[in-house]
Amino acid sequence: MKRLGPRLEEKAARTGLWALTLITVGVLLFIIFYILRRGLPVLSLEFLTTNPMDMGKSGGIFSTVVGTVALSVLAIVIAAPFGVGTAIYLTEYTWGGPLTRIIRFGAECLAGIPSIIFGLFGFILFVTKLKFGWSILSGGLTLAFMLLPTIIRTSEEAIKSVPPAYRLVSFSLGSTKWQTVTRVVLPSALPGIVTGIVLSIGRSIGETAATIFTAGSALRMPTSLFSSTRTMSVHFYILAREGISMPKAYGTAAILIIAILGINILTYYLMNRFIKKYS
Amino acid sequence: MTNDVVIEVRAFSQSFGEVRKIRGLDLDIRRNEILGIIGPARSGKSTFLCALNRLNDLVRGSRRAGTIRIDGRDIYGPDVDVVALRRKLGMVFATPVPLPRSIYENVAFGARRAGLRGRLDALVRDSLEKGGLWDEVKDRLHTSGQKLSGGQQQRLCLARILAVAPEFILLDEPTSGLDPISTMKIEESLRRLKKDYTIILVTNNTKQAARVADRTAFFLNGGLVEVGPTAKIFTAPDDQRTDDYLRGRFG
Repeated sequence: MKRLGPRLEEKAARTGLWALTLITVGVLLFIIFYILRRGLPVLSLEFLTTNPMDMGKSGGIFSTVVGTVALSVLAIVIAAPFGVGTAIYLTEYTWGGPLTRIIRFGAECLAGIPSIIFGLFGFILFVTKLKFGWSILSGGLTLAFMLLPTIIRTSEEAIKSVPPAYRLVSFSLGSTKWQTVTRVVLPSALPGIVTGIVLSIGRSIGETAATIFTAGSALRMPTSLFSSTRTMSVHFYILAREGISMPKAYGTAAILIIAILGINILTYYLMNRFIKKYS
Repeated sequence: MTNDVVIEVRAFSQSFGEVRKIRGLDLDIRRNEILGIIGPARSGKSTFLCALNRLNDLVRGSRRAGTIRIDGRDIYGPDVDVVALRRKLGMVFATPVPLPRSIYENVAFGARRAGLRGRLDALVRDSLEKGGLWDEVKDRLHTSGQKLSGGQQQRLCLARILAVAPEFILLDEPTSGLDPISTMKIEESLRRLKKDYTIILVTNNTKQAARVADRTAFFLNGGLVEVGPTAKIFTAPDDQRTDDYLRGRFG
């Protein structure tokens, strides 16, 4: 094949990359549009605020919203401090020896394990062995395990991207290690850390396999950490899988999508405000 | 400049892993002098500065031998408080590194870490005046320190260490990235600061040492070749290598 001239090559590259981007965004928008078009007609304040009735055939999805929020909040509240703490330790307190590499490698492997395996693990450990039963507690703990690797990885990257010179300056001005970490490193790394946590929230809201095994699928309004509950994504799965009500299933899916979009937009907004205020 | 020795370096060596950066260094530094340290790249000048405030401790595989005494106390002794030591020796780096916060909070940073809370207006103002930056920034103290020009950033870094009330000022090629006017302003500040501080100025610009240093030390391959009054080093050095370096025969 004859080589293209540099000018033509440039043009081809630009057009090719443009097309790839267009297709990617197009597919994404198509999915969102498709689900919203089918889901939006079902949506109403009532759909959000009434409990499902008749296995979900009628009524709303209120108890599943509560269940989803409870599970995700519990998972993040557990996973974020452990994950960020581990990342700080790995990056700031070790020289990167064999132990560090083993921990990091382990975290990476953990990130690649299918969520249904986490579900099975959570079922064996929390539901049966520790006798928490199908409950918010079992589900939240399982989700926390699943989110840990992501939070560790993203936090580590964020911390590593803080210029080393900042640390030197901080130490040279008579800061302790802890002061350097909390006053210089973490504030600079915060946008990256928060982005990682937000991605994790999105993942935990959408997670189905791990929660169906550990939190169960009860439709009652949960009353304590030990109540079994059904998340929105499990609800969607059951409604669609068992053909209970496709309109209600799409309605649930639409709420899921809107919630995740909303969380992302809100985070970027808060982040921008934080960065403006801080620097 | 007086004749009392405040920093005594004896047979000091520093390596990182297999790489030896300083070998068997002996040097006395006197109170309220500006000691210029000149020498080609990789001669151990910066490593020496970071040995004084123990920043070398933060480097992996750091090993040393010999002693450094400040006011008679071994700074690598077992009961030394490194944080307090670093407050005593303020350091300005080759590249100005304002932290991502306001001018005000950059200056207040060290004092805050030492436990001061609330408003530090007087300290911030005083430090910026000493650093020769106050007039240029007094109306925008709460804007980002990173928005200043390079020369202003370096004076901010100087002001920032003055706010910690150090006894020594270590400067590691502080004007290497600056234009002549900014360089002149920094040098003016140093001359003014000499009466209150002992200043060690590492520079890759021999003319700068000639302009501001009371005494000049010539480093080569991690060792001291000679040290003496600046005028003597620049006109009649004892060692042929010093003469060669100053005449630009190598470096």
